[in-house]
Amino acid sequence: MNGALPFIAAAALLALALGFLARRGKEMNLEQWTVGGRGFGAVFVFLLLAGEIYTTFTFLGGSGYAYGKGAPAYYILAYGTLAYVLSYFMLPPIWRYAKENRLYSQSDFFVHKYDSQALGVLVALVDIVALIPYLVLQFKGLGIIVEIAGYGAISSTLAIWIGAVIVAAYVMVSGVHGSAWTSVAKDTMIVVFVIFLGLYLPYHYYGGLGPMFEAIEHAKPGFTVLPPHGESLWWFSSTVLLTALGFYMWPHSFGSIYTARSATVIRKNAIVLPLYQLILLFVFFVGFAATLQVPGLTGPNIDLALFKLSVKTFDPWFVGVIGATGVLTALVPGSMILMTAATLIANNLYRAANPSADDRQVSQLAKLLVPVVALVAVFFTLRGGETIVALLLMGYSFVTQLFPSLVLSLARRNIATREGAAAGIIAGVATVVALSLTGTKNFHALSWLPAQVQDLNIGIVALVVNFIVLIVVSLAMRRATAPAQAAAE
Amino acid sequence: MRSIRWLAVVPFLALIVGPFFVNRATPLVLGLPFLLAWIVAWILITSLIMAIIYAADPANREREP
Repeated sequence: MNGALPFIAAAALLALALGFLARRGKEMNLEQWTVGGRGFGAVFVFLLLAGEIYTTFTFLGGSGYAYGKGAPAYYILAYGTLAYVLSYFMLPPIWRYAKENRLYSQSDFFVHKYDSQALGVLVALVDIVALIPYLVLQFKGLGIIVEIAGYGAISSTLAIWIGAVIVAAYVMVSGVHGSAWTSVAKDTMIVVFVIFLGLYLPYHYYGGLGPMFEAIEHAKPGFTVLPPHGESLWWFSSTVLLTALGFYMWPHSFGSIYTARSATVIRKNAIVLPLYQLILLFVFFVGFAATLQVPGLTGPNIDLALFKLSVKTFDPWFVGVIGATGVLTALVPGSMILMTAATLIANNLYRAANPSADDRQVSQLAKLLVPVVALVAVFFTLRGGETIVALLLMGYSFVTQLFPSLVLSLARRNIATREGAAAGIIAGVATVVALSLTGTKNFHALSWLPAQVQDLNIGIVALVVNFIVLIVVSLAMRRATAPAQAAAE
Repeated sequence: MRSIRWLAVVPFLALIVGPFFVNRATPLVLGLPFLLAWIVAWILITSLIMAIIYAADPANREREP
């Protein structure tokens, strides 16, 4: 037993307790369970949407990125901001349509807009393939956090099992209400401790932010600006644009839009969420502070920077408090992913195969699937392996492929047909897979391109292929069906 | 008043095109490297822009149900 463990255990118990309490006074039908009865006000919607920003990826990965690579980490700040600007215009029509048609999932949206069950199945499959590695990432982060912050008293394997059981239990009982309630605890702790760490560590080690960045620039010239090659300006701009478009295509973020009570709630959030992003700035400060204090971490280990520096700086009990915060950053997004994946399987795969299933059956199945999905994720987490890492890198690119057909469907007159949408998504996903399998991360193979243009994010290729196929197939289908319609009239 | 919505284009220009002109470490602004300070400043301005768009948008004057 050491000073850190009680705090980590308390966080886990707090999540469990809040997760169970969230159920009180509600009949847990499918509408309550997955979309909170479409009755959440500004604060809960805010926390669910913000839940997406503060995952273990930002806690460990954001500080690790700043630690290991410096300025390229800034892209995380920029893309979220632009995604929120888009959200103001894009999300209210999605919300309204979902409410009018009583939709539960992102896949439902495609089913209704394109009047095609098959397209819904395709979207659900793309979603699930992207979600499982994302859940694995949360579990993996949880294991790392508990092992380091608990000074090795609890192995990461045990931590992953405990975390998975807790999250599966409260998701089964409370659904999205559990995610919303636990995110209150998570975000409170994030705000307090991340801001503290981001201010204290630079002052403690360097005497302030300015002296810290001067010391870094002195020791590693060019570390705080984008490099001329590799993760350069061209990489930065193309990555910011791509990830901003993909941001709300994650099915669990998309689903949190449905929980809103009104469209105004969503528009209001577009003002506040950019400011809330600034907390990431303090995460970066921690990473920058660590870069000269705990040097030598390389490869995937750069993600340990925050905890290595914390262990070096603070007493065990305070490391425990930071660990507790980290545990919540894994559990809350984990709960949303788990619920979304279970809903997609029950509502969009099972129901597509059994159209006679009613809401009650789908709801029961979704709850039963929660522990199953959690087990699959634990299995992949513990087994590790290259496949899951590859899938993880592909996940964001996968969901981004849903963007063109989604945006076009919001127009008054949709130029995309269901065949076009499906062909575009398949072509985009296939391009992502092909590029990943060949290890193509940029355009460096095309040596005839200007050197800087070669740094563009390769994800652009998949999106362009997707869009072209979508348009061509849609036009071809319209032309093929138009004479038949004319003859019929 | 709908034309005020076009203000939303400005953050995109500032954060996607802007960095090409401000990719430098000095001068430090409030202790931050210049490029980082630029991005942070634009996050603040973006929030302000969204507040202006929100205030001008007649859709937000509907009473909440």
